Amino acid sequence: MSTVSASPAAPAATAEPASAFARLRIGRIAANLALLLIVALWTFPTAGLLISSVRDADQLALSGWWTSLTTSEATGAAALGTAADQTDEDGQYVISGDILADGTSFTVSAVGITSREPGAFGVGEPVEMRDGGILTVDETGAYRWTSATPFAHERGPRVYYVASEPPRFTFDNYVSVLTANGIGQSFINSLTVAIPATVVPILIAAFAAYALAWMSFPGRGILVAIIVGLLVVPLQMSLIPILRIYNGIALTFGGEAKGYLGVWLAHTAFGLPLAIFLLRNYMVGLPREIMESARMDGATHFQIFVTMVLPLSFPALASFAIFQFLWVWNDLLVALIFLGSQDTELVLTGRLVNLLGTRGNNWELLTAGAFVSMIVPLIVFFSLQRYFVRGLLAGSVKGG
Amino acid sequence: MIGQVLNAILAVVVALVAAGAYFWGSNWLLDKFLRSDAGVSPGASVRNDRLRTSIRPWLFLAPALLFLSLYLVYPVFETVRLSLMNNNSTRFIGLSNYLWAINDANFRQSLLNNFLWLLIVPALSTAFGLVIAVLADRLWWGNIAKSLVFMPMAISFVGASVIWRFVYAYRGPDQAQIGVLNALATGMGFAPQNWLTNIPWNSFLLMVILIWIQTGFAMVILSAALRGIPEETLEAARIDGANEVQIFFTIMIPQITSTLIVVWTTITITVLKVFDIVFAMTGGQFQTEVLANLMYSWMFRSGDFGRGSTIAVVILIAVMPIMIWNIRNANREQGTR
Repeated sequence: MSTVSASPAAPAATAEPASAFARLRIGRIAANLALLLIVALWTFPTAGLLISSVRDADQLALSGWWTSLTTSEATGAAALGTAADQTDEDGQYVISGDILADGTSFTVSAVGITSREPGAFGVGEPVEMRDGGILTVDETGAYRWTSATPFAHERGPRVYYVASEPPRFTFDNYVSVLTANGIGQSFINSLTVAIPATVVPILIAAFAAYALAWMSFPGRGILVAIIVGLLVVPLQMSLIPILRIYNGIALTFGGEAKGYLGVWLAHTAFGLPLAIFLLRNYMVGLPREIMESARMDGATHFQIFVTMVLPLSFPALASFAIFQFLWVWNDLLVALIFLGSQDTELVLTGRLVNLLGTRGNNWELLTAGAFVSMIVPLIVFFSLQRYFVRGLLAGSVKGG
Repeated sequence: MIGQVLNAILAVVVALVAAGAYFWGSNWLLDKFLRSDAGVSPGASVRNDRLRTSIRPWLFLAPALLFLSLYLVYPVFETVRLSLMNNNSTRFIGLSNYLWAINDANFRQSLLNNFLWLLIVPALSTAFGLVIAVLADRLWWGNIAKSLVFMPMAISFVGASVIWRFVYAYRGPDQAQIGVLNALATGMGFAPQNWLTNIPWNSFLLMVILIWIQTGFAMVILSAALRGIPEETLEAARIDGANEVQIFFTIMIPQITSTLIVVWTTITITVLKVFDIVFAMTGGQFQTEVLANLMYSWMFRSGDFGRGSTIAVVILIAVMPIMIWNIRNANREQGTR
C-alpha cells in the first residue's frame, strides 16, 4: 500500500524540532488517540462490509459482524435411538449414535432431558434417563446410552443440547452474487463503459490543452475561462437535451437511443473540461526554452506536441486517466439515463441499486456485490495514489 | 461476455486511430496547401505563414470544442429553453414551471434539504479534513492514517450507500441488531430505530455518507497547503512561546485561508449535484428529497421534461456564483503568467 504523499515539492513529514521533545507528552498522546479514533471511525463501516461479505449467510443474518470471530450458541433437540438399535456388549446393553446431524460444525457444550433446561448436564457427565440406563454425550455429539437391562422403548426419547458454532467464513456469497445475481455480467458491462470513456478523451483533450497552453490566437483567454466555467456546470443541465438528441437520432435513423456508443460519447464530453484544464495547467509549466529551441530547429507545433509535450506530460495524463476511470466506473446517473436496463448493459452501480431495492435484507449478497464493485477502484487507487493526489492538487488548488 | 470487452477495446482503437488520423491529416493538409517554402512567392509565403499560424490552433481544438459545445454548452441554453415549455416540449408556457416549483411542497422540501446539505457537509468535511491533516502530519503513522481516510474517495457513491445502509440496518426489537448504529442504540438501552425513515434525522444520516467521502479530499488538499507554510514561521512562533493550539489558529489557518475556500467551494459543488446517495438510500422518500433526485424523478418517472429542466436550471443558478468566482480567479492567474 503506497501512502499519500501530498506534493512532490513539499518536504517529507514535518521535521520534529528538538524542542518539541520538551513539550507536553500529553499533547502527543492525545494527538495519537484522536487520530486513532478518527481513523477507526472512518474504516469501521468499510471493515464491516468486507467482513460481512465473507461470512456465512445464516450467521450474518443472526449476529453483528463485529461478533463474527466469536462462536455463536444455539440450542437444539434430537431423538435417541430405540430399543431396536441396541447392541449387547459384554452383558451391557448399549444404544449409540450422534445427536447432531452429519456435516455440521457445532460443538456440544451441554445436554439436558427437558426443554426447559437444555443445558442441565455437562458434556461427558452421566445423565440418568427416565427409560433407565445412563447417557453420556461427548463434544462431537456422539452418545452412548448404556444399561444393565435390555431396552424396551419403541420411541426414542428426546434429548436437548446447547451447541456452539465456530465462525464460518465462505466465498459462497461471491459465487452467488457473481453468477446468479448478475454482478459478474455487470462487472463486464462496467469495463465496457469505462475503457473507451477513459482513453478516448485523453488524446482529444491533450491537443486542445496544448493549443491553449502554447499557441497564441485571439480568443484563447475566453476559451480558458469557458472551460473553467464548464468544470462546474451540473451534469443535470445536459441530460434532457442530449437524451432528446439521442432519441431524435434513433427515430430518424433507426436503432436504439440507449447504448454503449451514446454513453462513451457522453462520458468523453463530460470528462473533457477537467482533462483540458488539468493538462493545460501542466503543459503551461513545461520549460519554455525546450519549446523555443525546438521551434528554432524548424519543428512544427504538431511535431513538438507529439515528440516532446505528450511524453513529458505523462504524469498529468496519468492523473486524468485515473480520475476519469474512477468517475466513469463509479457513475450512476449517466449510465441510468444513457444505457438500457437490460442485463447486457446494466453497470455495477445500477445493479447494486436494483439489488438494494429487491434484496434489501440479503446482506450477504449486498456486501459481496458492493465489494466486487469497489475492488477495481481500490486497486487503481492504492497502486496509483501518487498520481491521483497530484491530479487533485493540480485540479483544485491551482484553478480554484 | 468477454467479446463485449473486446468490442470496447476495438472501439478504443477505432477512436484513437480516427482521432490520430484527423490530427495528423489535418496538419498535413494545412502544411501542404499553405506552403511557405521555396516553391511559392515571398509574398504568398508570408501570407501562408500567417494563415497557418492562425488556423492551426483551431485544428488542435476542433474535436474538443465540438464535444464541449454539443454536450455541455448547447444543452445549457436548450435546458433553459425547455424549462419554459410544457411537459413534452411542444408548447411555450412561460414561467409556469417556475411558478409550479415555488408552490410545490416537494420542491421546497428539496430546496430546504439542499440548503441543509450545503450548510453542513462542506463545513464538517473541511473541518475534519483539516484536523486530520494537522494531526497526521506530526505522527509517524500519519501517512497510513491519511491513506485510510482517503480511501472512500475511490468508492462509488452507490458502494458507499451500501456500506452505510448496513451501518443503519434495522431489525425488529426482538431480533439481534446487525447494524452498528442500532447495536449501539440497543446497547445503551434505547429501542432500535429504523433510521432511514426517522424524520428529520434521516437527512443528516445521509449527509454523514458524503462527509465520510469528502473528508479525504479536504484532508489531502489541506495537508499539502499546510506543508507549504514555511517552517521558519512556525519555529518563530514556537520560540515566542505560542502553544500548538495558538499556532493552529493564529498562523496555520490564516496562511491556508485561500485553500480552505477552494476546498469548501469544491465540496459545495459536489453537494449541489448529489444524487446517487439519496437515490440509493431513500429514493427521496421520508422528506430526504434533494434537487438532483427530484429532477431525475420528474424527468424519468414522470417524463416531464419541462419541470425536469426547471429543476436543472435551479441547480445551475445555485452553482453560478462559484462558477463566476472560479473564472475570475483563473483569469487573474493567467494575467500573472
